[in-house]
Amino acid sequence: MDFEASQEELGRFRSRLAVAGGFVLFCFLLLLLRFVWLQLIQQGYYQTRAEDNRIALVPIVPNRGLIADRNGIVLTRNFPAYTLEITPSRTGNLEQTIDALATLVDIQPMDRKRFKKLLNESKNYESLPIRTRLTDAEVAQFVAHRYRFPGVDIKARLFRQYPNGAFASGVLGYIGRITDRDLEKIEGAGIEANYRGTDHFGKTGLEQRYEFELHGITGFEQVEVDSGGRAVRTLASTPPTPGNNLTLTLDAELQRIAEQAFGERKGALVAIDPATGGILALVSMPNYDPNLFVDGIDAQNWQALNESVDKPMVNRALNGAYPPGSTFKPFMALAALTYGKRTPQQAIADPGFFNFGGHHFRDDKKGGHGMVDMYKSIVESCDTYYYMLANDLGIDAIARFMGELGLGRRTGIDLEGEGEGILPSPEWKKKRFKKPEQQKWYAGETISIGIGQGYNAYTPIQLAQAVATLANDGVMFRPHLVQYITDSKTGKKTLIEPQPLKKLDWKPEHIAVIKQAMVGVNTEGTGARAFAGAGYVSAGKTGTAQVFSLKGADYKHHTLKQELRDHALFIAFAPVDQPKIALAVLVENGGFGAQAAAPIARQVLDYYLLGKRPDAPAPADEAAVEADPPENDE
Amino acid sequence: MNRLRPYWQRLIDPLDGQLLLISGLIVLLACVLMGSASPERMGAHLANVAAALLVMRIVAGVPPQQLMRFALAFYLLALLLLVAVALFGDISKGARRWLNLGFMRAQPSELMKIAMPLLLAWFFQKREGRLRPGDYVIAAALVLIPVGLIARQPDLGTALLVLAAGFYVIFLAGLSWKVLAGLAAAALAAAPLAWNFLHDYQQQRILTLLDPEKDPLGKGFHIIQSTIAIGSSGLFGKGWRQGTQAQLEFIPERHTDFIFAVFGEEFGLLGNLVLLALYGFLIFRGLKIAAQAATLFGRLLAGAITLIFFTYAFVNMGMVSGILPVVGVPLPLVSYGGTAMVTLFTGIGILMSIQKHRRLVQK
Repeated sequence: MDFEASQEELGRFRSRLAVAGGFVLFCFLLLLLRFVWLQLIQQGYYQTRAEDNRIALVPIVPNRGLIADRNGIVLTRNFPAYTLEITPSRTGNLEQTIDALATLVDIQPMDRKRFKKLLNESKNYESLPIRTRLTDAEVAQFVAHRYRFPGVDIKARLFRQYPNGAFASGVLGYIGRITDRDLEKIEGAGIEANYRGTDHFGKTGLEQRYEFELHGITGFEQVEVDSGGRAVRTLASTPPTPGNNLTLTLDAELQRIAEQAFGERKGALVAIDPATGGILALVSMPNYDPNLFVDGIDAQNWQALNESVDKPMVNRALNGAYPPGSTFKPFMALAALTYGKRTPQQAIADPGFFNFGGHHFRDDKKGGHGMVDMYKSIVESCDTYYYMLANDLGIDAIARFMGELGLGRRTGIDLEGEGEGILPSPEWKKKRFKKPEQQKWYAGETISIGIGQGYNAYTPIQLAQAVATLANDGVMFRPHLVQYITDSKTGKKTLIEPQPLKKLDWKPEHIAVIKQAMVGVNTEGTGARAFAGAGYVSAGKTGTAQVFSLKGADYKHHTLKQELRDHALFIAFAPVDQPKIALAVLVENGGFGAQAAAPIARQVLDYYLLGKRPDAPAPADEAAVEADPPENDE
Repeated sequence: MNRLRPYWQRLIDPLDGQLLLISGLIVLLACVLMGSASPERMGAHLANVAAALLVMRIVAGVPPQQLMRFALAFYLLALLLLVAVALFGDISKGARRWLNLGFMRAQPSELMKIAMPLLLAWFFQKREGRLRPGDYVIAAALVLIPVGLIARQPDLGTALLVLAAGFYVIFLAGLSWKVLAGLAAAALAAAPLAWNFLHDYQQQRILTLLDPEKDPLGKGFHIIQSTIAIGSSGLFGKGWRQGTQAQLEFIPERHTDFIFAVFGEEFGLLGNLVLLALYGFLIFRGLKIAAQAATLFGRLLAGAITLIFFTYAFVNMGMVSGILPVVGVPLPLVSYGGTAMVTLFTGIGILMSIQKHRRLVQK
């Protein structure tokens, strides 16, 4: 081997080695710069990122506020229970998972249906309950097999419970899982943060109206989590503040008696304390069990409730608009006195009909009531008297008086979705109809308005408010369900609606005439049978609202199909001197007011004033002579 | 004591003090780190280290001439096994890398990391003094055949290391700069073409490097999390077993390929500098051994092994700190895993042998 060549080769090798060494240094310098960049210059940024990784804020859902009646009887409460929940995004095959779970825990077809419904309404990353209220044995069964079920977990949650079941459903309403529409409301109120972790929201009734009072303030727990999102330890926590409690003006026992008085019949009842406007009972029958909605209602029950011809989901007390029938007459009479169109003594001769423009408006009594003054017109419910009165008052005066009394206006009760009803007037007709010939008000239309028929349509709560205002001598309150709200933290009570809305400009002597006549109704008139032997002095008025026009034929209650029968109405207050309760009752297709509605009112008043409990639903008094059928328009 | 002395002397005689000290310190650091990254693997890790040290001692005792004698056979064996893997290999995690030998599963591509520089060093030694341009073509073919087989498995990381090993030998053997420049130009031109030959996941990794935040929960997750780990540590680090990213399992593969993220997070910039310095010392000791080696074979082999070692360290740290794409290359002497540990200590053993025989051979 040539030594020189070898030396030359060695030199070249070493120069190559030096190049490699330089490359090594260059690369290491690059790493060094990268480390300095990451660990010194950008340290703050990455530190924040690491903290964000590590620390999760876990919301602690507050206990929802309770609702109790005026005597402290709890109407909604919370109970803790274990639920089995599935996070669909973390679970492979949902069907298979549920099938496998069914071998450990009892899963009924109803549970599956409900889960499917929740799944359709939810986002994929939400955890959805497949079974609620697990027994301890079921919890233990699942926990032993948990490893087989990724994305399935047991959670301890507080559930809303309505201990009385199907009771006061129109008042209490229910809560259900938060939907996109609820989220809009939450975002509109700017309190999204407070709803992190909450999955229920008030849907109807008080639960809906007082949602933000009942919800409470969400607490937060700072937990350290690993990359799988599992909490490793708690770093800090802020406890939640429970929701505020509602105390109602409602009397739960009275409500129960009123609901039971309806039996199988449909209808509504609103009872108000005239001195405060506080609702004592608010009934819409049939009702429903709000507990069905708490865990998410299954499709079958939902369909049954929604498609039932009885429409249990409609709150008839607030949304049903019914012609008031003859219960309208006391207010008509008061209007006549107030506007100076009648004196109490002024009497008319009733031939059994009123002729207006060649048109016979018939009275219910063939041959008429004879000479009729104001007292007799109310006690016997004489139609002719009011046909003539309506004609004399004119539609504008009637509409003004009734409007001031709150008829055809929302009362502003503390529940959502109240209906407006219809207060007929030429202005209303103009708005209601499109064609010019339909928009015109005909003088003949005023006549039937006088006996509470025609376009008249009011909600039971409007009628109840009007009766309460009459009972309270013209001092009008806004009907309300919540008496006061108790702050869960401070115990401070906030009263709702302690002030009257307005005082109507009625003369005391006029009010006395009307009240006296209404007392007459219950002692010697159409309500006398229902109130025979009552240990108190009550004022009332029966009414029957026409559903179906018979075109001159005789109205025969029993021969008519149920849904074509007239609605029965009754308004009342008692005791007359110092009214403690005013109410309006409506029985859908109940027939005569004296037969169907007055006995219900009697049971309610008996309990409220005397503490008497009925032993059966109010019987329909078939024998009651109704001097009060609807006008039959030819 | 005195009677034992000759045995002790014979045991440590072939070893190089400096290499032993530096690699010993790195291994010590690795054990401390393993106690944080994966304490449950400590026993297995120590066993791997012991086995690797034993192999190092054995290899260090083998003179370079002996190694040269086996070079060709070793290469052919490794190549044969690679072909066998391609034909009958076991599939694990979507790649055909393992050969089931009945009693154990072997990864022949690992053998190639040693066999490749050994063969090429032998080849250039054989052609010493009468090297022709055509020889480089032969050398290139010797490199590309196994690299191709490994890349097809697919195992981009190992293919890269084997390719680097071959390239280093050819480079050190004196391939002209003109040809190198030409090759570089050709490589640049062929890059778009090569792109199409990459597997989807390999393309993804490169795209991810360019913009990891684009896919923070998917492909970018590894890089983002390891970068956060290193970046959040600061000058002194969060302390041993105090790294939140590491302890809360945000760092994937934290005992193997991404162990450097744990190290960086818990020991900070200063820790990184110490580790970088240790690797630097090890590499420059290796380069010095190469410069002083007696034969061309020794020089090329020592140089190539040292540079492979550098490649391991640079690619791994670069990947974990987010400046290189994710390829499966462990942090040398630190990452958990027996195969890589043995391979690397075999390399150190060879370096020691070359160092000890730098004069003997010349006689």
